[in-house]
Amino acid sequence: MSVTVELAETRAAIGSGAADVTAPRLRAAPLAWAAAAVALAALILSPVASLTLTAMQGSGEVWPHLLAHVLPQATMTTALLLGGVGIVVVVLGVGAAWLVSAYEFRGRRLIEIGLLLPLAMPTYIVAFAYLDLLHPIGPAQSGLRDLLGVTRPKDLLLPEIRSLPGCVILLGFVLYPYVYLPTRALFLMQAGSLIEAARILGRSPSAVFLRIALPLARPAIALGTSLALMETLNDIGAAEFLGVRTLTVQVYATWINRSDLPGAAQIALVMLAMVLLLLAIERWGRRGRGYAGSAQRQRSMARHRLSGALGLAALGLGMVPIVIGFLVPAAYLVHSAIARISRLGFPHGVIAEAGNTLLYAGLGTMLAAACGFFVAAAPSLVSRRFGQGLIRLAALGYALPGAILAIGLLGPLTLADGAVSGVTTTLFGTAPAIIGVGAGGALVVAYLVRFLAVGVGACEAGLSKVPGSLAEAGRMLGRTPIATLLRVHLPMTWPAVLSGALLVFVDCVKELPATLLLRPLNVETLATHLYGEAIRGTYEDGAVAALLIVLVGLIPVALLLRLGSPADTRAQNGP
Amino acid sequence: MAEPDPTEGRRSDDPPPRLETRGLTIAFGRKTALDGVSFSVRAGEIIALLGDSGCGKSTLLRAVAGLEQPSAGHVLLDGRAMSARMPPEERGVGMMFQDYALFPHLTVLQNVRFGLHRWSSGEADAIAKARLEQVGLADRASSYPGTLSGGESQRVALARALAPGPRVLLLDEPFSNLDRRNRDRVRADTVSVLHATGATALLVTHDPEEALLVSDRIVLMREGRIVQIGSGADLYRRPTSHFAANFFGDLITFPSRCMDGVARTQLGAFPAPGTADGALVLSCVRPESITLSDPGAGCPARVIRRRFLGAFSELILAAEGLAEPLRLTVANDISTREGDIVGLHVDSEASLVFPIEPD
Repeated sequence: MSVTVELAETRAAIGSGAADVTAPRLRAAPLAWAAAAVALAALILSPVASLTLTAMQGSGEVWPHLLAHVLPQATMTTALLLGGVGIVVVVLGVGAAWLVSAYEFRGRRLIEIGLLLPLAMPTYIVAFAYLDLLHPIGPAQSGLRDLLGVTRPKDLLLPEIRSLPGCVILLGFVLYPYVYLPTRALFLMQAGSLIEAARILGRSPSAVFLRIALPLARPAIALGTSLALMETLNDIGAAEFLGVRTLTVQVYATWINRSDLPGAAQIALVMLAMVLLLLAIERWGRRGRGYAGSAQRQRSMARHRLSGALGLAALGLGMVPIVIGFLVPAAYLVHSAIARISRLGFPHGVIAEAGNTLLYAGLGTMLAAACGFFVAAAPSLVSRRFGQGLIRLAALGYALPGAILAIGLLGPLTLADGAVSGVTTTLFGTAPAIIGVGAGGALVVAYLVRFLAVGVGACEAGLSKVPGSLAEAGRMLGRTPIATLLRVHLPMTWPAVLSGALLVFVDCVKELPATLLLRPLNVETLATHLYGEAIRGTYEDGAVAALLIVLVGLIPVALLLRLGSPADTRAQNGP
Repeated sequence: MAEPDPTEGRRSDDPPPRLETRGLTIAFGRKTALDGVSFSVRAGEIIALLGDSGCGKSTLLRAVAGLEQPSAGHVLLDGRAMSARMPPEERGVGMMFQDYALFPHLTVLQNVRFGLHRWSSGEADAIAKARLEQVGLADRASSYPGTLSGGESQRVALARALAPGPRVLLLDEPFSNLDRRNRDRVRADTVSVLHATGATALLVTHDPEEALLVSDRIVLMREGRIVQIGSGADLYRRPTSHFAANFFGDLITFPSRCMDGVARTQLGAFPAPGTADGALVLSCVRPESITLSDPGAGCPARVIRRRFLGAFSELILAAEGLAEPLRLTVANDISTREGDIVGLHVDSEASLVFPIEPD
């Protein structure tokens, strides 16, 4: 699970740096803590268990159809997509990281920061934007035809964006920052003097890159790539819009269109296997991480100065991912949104959807941030092993794609709903009209399970700065662990808790598959509205909704910038 | 739970000790940090837990606090055994931390009030202010810990730990974070506050001088066990082991053989009653029980160096038959010079003889 813990750390680095903390040995785990931990563990593990159970119910006559026509193709498509995206994010991420770490040129600082911008662009939005942009009668192709003097679309056949290669490229151009961020940090903070040493030993720059920098960066690359691939696996929008029938798309189609929950669960199980495979590959990729991590903090390497035409070329090269991954789709969204608003005013539907988004993401955030704080505090307040176990569990939840989570949570939550209405029926004679699943409770719980790790990571970073003796002092002065946590730790770490909450909120707003599958009937959020429009092929209000999501998505990027360059915060985090 | 009642076996008319441990044992994995430790503290007593780092003294303190769980044994407060799982906040035990652990987001007064949540707001304020007055920091009540000096932080920590009136106050190396100039004054102030409040205190230190200065009795520890318990004078004058003797002040040690209940050494015959003939023992003497006499009397020794140290002088002497040179402090008016031959005389009453310990 280290990959997800790492991600949480990487994100927490946005909030503040973490140091190793020696937790006091308070091994007495009060009953309430144990009960809460069991509940949380059940919440996170139940989707996997329930998914397996649902899958085993069998789908009778549909199963042969799935086995023959759906599963092999979807698995193959997903594997190809993962492989392709993996190659693109490594090439873009490592290349960009090397460009800004090894070379000095006019505009380098701007490029260094700008390369983070695609983080704000969810995969389904970039696909939504390019689908319209590159449409045969869209602005790009029309412009090209005008330029070349071609009149009929048929006469100028461009490669179709609605294809697997198109999907690979688009996803690669928005997901590469996951590789760029840790790799650049490693180049800057850990590999600097080793790379200089190699240069002084007389190796050519390309040899230094291939034989020193690349092997040194392997752990960072493995981490970043696995995160990017998890996002790929989680994606439903881009694949659906671009007509790529991945496992996630098939889960949705099997469940919603064919009303075959067991079949969907079976497909989701294959996805789960892929998640586990990804985690294993990531762990393997980071084997022997010690030698890179054990290097002391070093100054960054001296950059090779590029001037004149070479400098311009470097600037141009660095602009490519920014332009494709952020500027073009963002400009398109701004343009379309302005066009929509100036023609018909601000769409009323979008206001209601923003409200829904705020409501569900806000509830999920509050729950995940609060639980995250307690989980992060558990190692120092209750017991180290107990707490670490909880943190691992949270990380597992983060690794579950939204589609898996949705199917997995449905069973347990329906059971819980049934139990609650059973109790109220016996007590009051009536069952509550809508609770839990129906009222969007399932969605909030899914947000909690999926993004708990993000909140935990931010809180951990903050709590690691509180000396262990303060927790003990609180208890020696007669306060319970909870009281100590609320009166000592919370006031001292609220900035970290808040920044964690902010990150969770952004993730909730961007999340599409779980929202799509678990939202209450007839409730649209910004993300699901966009999905619906893209599926119908209408683009009227979608741009406004998409723009709002991207603006929210810019918050973590701004947080990264506010705290200086990402590598600096990452480096404080230490190896 | 058929555990034996740990309170049995005491005469009912004795008041129970304020704090007692019985066979307290703590193991971290394979390592035994505390191995069957038993001792007791009377109300109002100040006890020093003394030993080198890693001897288990801090672990013992933390076990009493409830911050570590013993794997065997009991901690008793006022004669009542506390269960191993009783959380720290229910024990009525106060603790002052080595790093003081002041809450940085609370003012000095709020820090001292923190443990007074069972009192009404007005009472808590009054108690906290009185405690601050007592440590001389009433004027810093609204300051934040970040603005305090080391000595002031120490006093706030003391006031905070004492405020709820703990049955036992635990102090973990309370003076180790202070520089030497401050330490003596803060130490004296702390002891006078402890006496003024009649607090029962258990203090961890690795400094024998500090233990002698602040405590009524000393518990000397080594490798998780108690070596010796007693007053400072007891431990200094009547150590029961070579380790204890060596822990307090300089000790001149030389192995020697016993005959007729006497250890025969280069510096004379030391009484060693009950030791078997021919047994190898460690004969020890403290430098201050060696006196100089004219050559010819006692053990002959040559003065290698003489150094002036202000109030007194130090002689470094090579004695016949001793591998190591001796250091003796003498009054400045003694006329002995470098190169002189002197006689060494030992007060055999002050000599110490120990069996050889397997180290």
